[in-house]
Amino acid sequence: MSAAVYLLGAVAIGCVPAAHLLASASWPRRSPAVAIALWQAIGLGWGVATVGALAGVGAAGLDGRAGIGLSSVAGAAARAARLLLGTDSAAARRWDVLTGLRVLSLTTGILLLTLLCWILLAAVAAVLRARHRQRALLGLLAHDDPKVPGALVVDHPAAAAYCVPGLRSAIVISAGALDLLDQAELAAVLAHERAHLRARHDLVLLPFTALLRAFRWCAVAQEANREVALLVEMMADDRARRLLPARELATALLRVGASGGGAAPTGALAIAGGPATAASVSTGSKARLDGELAARVTRLLRPPPGLPVIAVMLLGTIAALLVVAPAVALLLPL
Amino acid sequence: MEILWVSPDPMTVRQVGDCLTDRDLAHTTVMTVLDRLAKKGFVRRQRAGRAWRYRPAETREAYVAELMLTALDQTGDRQAALTRFARSVSGAEAEALRVALEALSGGGGD
Repeated sequence: MSAAVYLLGAVAIGCVPAAHLLASASWPRRSPAVAIALWQAIGLGWGVATVGALAGVGAAGLDGRAGIGLSSVAGAAARAARLLLGTDSAAARRWDVLTGLRVLSLTTGILLLTLLCWILLAAVAAVLRARHRQRALLGLLAHDDPKVPGALVVDHPAAAAYCVPGLRSAIVISAGALDLLDQAELAAVLAHERAHLRARHDLVLLPFTALLRAFRWCAVAQEANREVALLVEMMADDRARRLLPARELATALLRVGASGGGAAPTGALAIAGGPATAASVSTGSKARLDGELAARVTRLLRPPPGLPVIAVMLLGTIAALLVVAPAVALLLPL
Repeated sequence: MEILWVSPDPMTVRQVGDCLTDRDLAHTTVMTVLDRLAKKGFVRRQRAGRAWRYRPAETREAYVAELMLTALDQTGDRQAALTRFARSVSGAEAEALRVALEALSGGGGD
């Protein structure tokens, strides 16, 4: 096996403790954008390195050539197929445990790559379907309101505000939220949602949600998804704070957060979603959510100083290396 | 759609058009709109003599509930489809938020 395979293996394994470290660090609250870039780099680096290492272990033994470039992996795959079909005329290589493991490793690598591509496509399809349904329903049910220019209002007593991203994006505010919040707070909510739409935060979240759907049992996937979702909210908070006073956004957050439970007509929700869905809504892990809300409010009222330039550059370099190193190891024969 | 929701009985295109007097729509326009709603599954239609009779597939409340369920869903499945402003919490946590809110509002007058 070559140095490249060891490098890929090290990156693939190292990404897991790195993700744990990043999830428990406190600095991401100071620079959400840098932290999100690092999360993306860890995710991408892990995927490339794991697939590359698995394929590389297999290719190193099965294909005569050095290196684990694409041609080498393809050659090894062809060789493995010949071995499996029993048509290897050379007959110099007999079946043994090592060859079996290499074929297994190569197959796992190719399967993982297929799986990762598939879950991303499936997630995109699910998201597009959900948004299409939202737009169709909003077209039937929603109306404008002079209190929230540019947003759609849905007559429902629970306080909710959200946006439907996409080419035809929409900001939706429930009648409950309209009653709950005053004019300045509503403006802050709109600014926050517009920030989401403008920065296409949904595209940032998509790969992490896709990964969680496939690896629901995996603690790292849960951590990554939760952290990135929170960081994206913080980015939108930051953007809204630049345009409007932070206090209104903070009180709006607290009001919407505290309005839950009794105000939400769970009976009505159960009609649409069935008892199972309603139960899952009411048994979500509330303590953690509250922690996230509290973190956002604290951050709005007492903004932490941004990271020093040197730290941002250092973290940026780490992120770049995480992506570039596995790619180079894959493409260059070492 | 609003008219169909209010009406207790399935309605023909003519009847819907008659209810829309303020809009002055052509008969074919109403027919096209109803046909499109039927294709999307929002209204059901049945034969009544030579005309179709239309009725809503679900009540307005059911559609609102579906919309809000997607929005309030806390399981994270639809996280990437929609971006929420804030999730609601309940119990002691909500109480803590209320205390924080009062402290905040008291400072500047709300």
